[in-house]
Amino acid sequence: MSRDPLGLAMATMSRLASSAWVEKMGLRPTIEKLTYQGTKTGFQAMGAASRQFKSVSQLLRPERLEAPAQPKLQFDLSITEEQQMMRDSVRGFATEVLRPAAGANDEACEMDPELLKQANELGLTYFAVPENLGGAATERSPVTSMLIAEDLAYGDMGLAVAILSTIGVANALTHWGTAAQQSKYLPAFLDENTLQAAIAVNEQRPLFNADQLSTTAQETADGYVLNGTKTLVPLIDKAELFLVAASLDGKPRVFIVESGSEGLTIASKPNMGIRAAAMGDLDLAEVKVSKEALLGDDTFDYQAFINFARLGWCALAVGTAQAVLDYVIPYCNERVAFGEPISHRQAVAFMIANIGIELNAMRLMTQRAVALAEQGKPFAREAYLARVLCAEKAMEIGTNGVQLLGGHGFTKEHPVELWYRDLRAIAIMDGGLQL
Amino acid sequence: MYLELPKKFKVLTDMATNLSVEMLRPISRKYDRAEHDYPKELDLVASMLDGMNDGEGGAGVGADQSKQKNQEKTGIRNGANMAACVGIQGFCWGDVGLLLTLPRQGLGNAAIGAVANEEQAKRFAGKWAAMAITEPGTGSDSANISTTAKKDGEYYVLNGEKIYVTAGARADIIVVWATLDKSAGRAAIKSFAVERGTPGMEVTRLEKKLGIKASDTAAISFSDCRVHESNLLGNPEIDTKKGFGGVMQTFDNTRPLVAAMAVGVAKAALDRTKELMKECTSCDYSSPIQSVTSAEAEIYRMEAEWEAARLLTLQAAWMADNGKPNSMEASMAKAKAGRTCNSITLKCVELCGSLGYGEDELLEKWSRDSKILDIFEGTQQIQQLIVARRLLNLSSAELK
Repeated sequence: MSRDPLGLAMATMSRLASSAWVEKMGLRPTIEKLTYQGTKTGFQAMGAASRQFKSVSQLLRPERLEAPAQPKLQFDLSITEEQQMMRDSVRGFATEVLRPAAGANDEACEMDPELLKQANELGLTYFAVPENLGGAATERSPVTSMLIAEDLAYGDMGLAVAILSTIGVANALTHWGTAAQQSKYLPAFLDENTLQAAIAVNEQRPLFNADQLSTTAQETADGYVLNGTKTLVPLIDKAELFLVAASLDGKPRVFIVESGSEGLTIASKPNMGIRAAAMGDLDLAEVKVSKEALLGDDTFDYQAFINFARLGWCALAVGTAQAVLDYVIPYCNERVAFGEPISHRQAVAFMIANIGIELNAMRLMTQRAVALAEQGKPFAREAYLARVLCAEKAMEIGTNGVQLLGGHGFTKEHPVELWYRDLRAIAIMDGGLQL
Repeated sequence: MYLELPKKFKVLTDMATNLSVEMLRPISRKYDRAEHDYPKELDLVASMLDGMNDGEGGAGVGADQSKQKNQEKTGIRNGANMAACVGIQGFCWGDVGLLLTLPRQGLGNAAIGAVANEEQAKRFAGKWAAMAITEPGTGSDSANISTTAKKDGEYYVLNGEKIYVTAGARADIIVVWATLDKSAGRAAIKSFAVERGTPGMEVTRLEKKLGIKASDTAAISFSDCRVHESNLLGNPEIDTKKGFGGVMQTFDNTRPLVAAMAVGVAKAALDRTKELMKECTSCDYSSPIQSVTSAEAEIYRMEAEWEAARLLTLQAAWMADNGKPNSMEASMAKAKAGRTCNSITLKCVELCGSLGYGEDELLEKWSRDSKILDIFEGTQQIQQLIVARRLLNLSSAELK
């Protein structure tokens, strides 16, 4: 933007004023941290040093897990006893551990490593790695993954993403990976020294379309050369393994890229929400990967890959929206104005009724698409519509959550402003997760 | 977890589609214009449905399918409530006005099905029953009715005026809500089955309406109308503890059915609009909604809202089939389906322009029909009130 003289003067004054203010308040360290995280530093930082991924044993055929057996295919909203047990423990962890830590981790723009350690004790990663590769997974249930995502997000969406990012990569490798890819990478997810990983799909431009990627993969004699920049990548400075969506011969595919690859740089870039997930940009400049880096074979379904991510975000939206509902109910029942609780007014009560109705709708739309996917049936339409509905209603619920608390909702005394910021992501995210 | 309909319902949906295409749509416009004429073509439809209802249980489209059947088998069921929703949705994809005036499938039949004793059920079998609740001074506040029933020996003497009685001039029986003692409040409200021709009961007027013109809406007056005590439905005592529950319980069963009507009408408009717009839109369920044309985005949004309404309706029916209390979910379904149907049908007229607004197509008719679906069986606002009270755990005295 060109500046006229008056504009230039104002810019200078504002810089001076802010620096004086910074000194006076003694806020230098915070600002420096922000600068590191901001774009000004560009892509100077290297990614996390990646471990040596070595196949312990070589699978001959990829492990493909079956969906859990369904006694009879009919309309059924109930979940299994195992799923209920899983829900209970995840919901407990989300309520007792994640929720109280949400604010601090949001501000720190990363998940406290101690907290991550606790989360790992839930053993969720084990359920993403097949038994033959050392894990505990005997079946693949996107429905279970959806329930877990919902329950974690009930605690905090940012932390849920920090936890689920790595599991998503394992899910994708289990679902799509070749025998060689599974042998090489999946055992590492069970290492004592916890592996972190992330899926990189989004690119920074308006009207981003996951089918039309600017990031390219050029086939060479011994592999591929990747070029482009990815954004909204969780665990940006901790991930040792990325799944990167790039255009190969005009068609979108996904590549396995280790963080130590030459030409790969990262920049932490906080967004308005989901801050605890430590998202950032991933730059690929002439990054060379082997033939083996192309995820899956000719049966790879990019559309389904994207939809498993979007449905993951829908599940998170359901969890956070439920948190909003469960928060505004006691608040509005206790908050007194004009001599009685504000919940006694229809203007307030109807807003809450509609949160309940649309939340229920979001949940059913998500469940329907995920259940179809679990049965191996086409689910593109249902996933698309779930995303359309969740994107709109999640934000509506987020903004009404703040509205119902009035001025109090606008402050960090209450979590509704955090949920408002987090829920804005649902319409935007195409990567980061994989149910 | 699985949210698709079981295969066994395919027969039902196919039947409803065929019925709609072959028998309902062809006469839709005719009876929209000829308000108050009885659609005689429905006699054939009704006897077909009677035949099917007598056969394989639960495959009907009528409201009388709604009562909770005893659970014989254990395990999850897709039963009569869901079948009724599916059937009604399919029928209303054809024409909701015609459904509402379908002989022997009235809401009165649902009331009889829900609370009639064995003797009454037998006596009223095969009869067409309409429902008379609303009065000139009482709409959503149905506990406030002032039609009275005074005991006189073996008879009750009814006095008062009822309006908005669907099929009131066509039905064999009118199920009337009346109070035994207005000062005793809701507990004193009882329902009576009054047979046509009973002296003192008279149809005074047929309404001219915005939509659902095929379905007659009558005003009925009762002056010293004597009804035998054996026609009182449910418990004759004024039980203040049980209160209104008895009569209101009908609604828990019928709200999902009205939601299913809305789902059917909305689908009709959406299908036709997509058909008319197929030259100028292409929906691949892949391009982000931010990047498609405005018309395509509207279609996506309508379709998402429609699926949401449909799933909420099936959820309420599924809960009823499986013995789970569904009062809140039934209201959620009715609220969502009612408003969604109305906004979809109106948006479809807008998108299709003169085609939508004119009488060559049925789009304008559906957009008129849809308005009532957000009003009867509890308005949008009443449903929200019910949902809000449940969520907030507030009484009707606290949240008015």
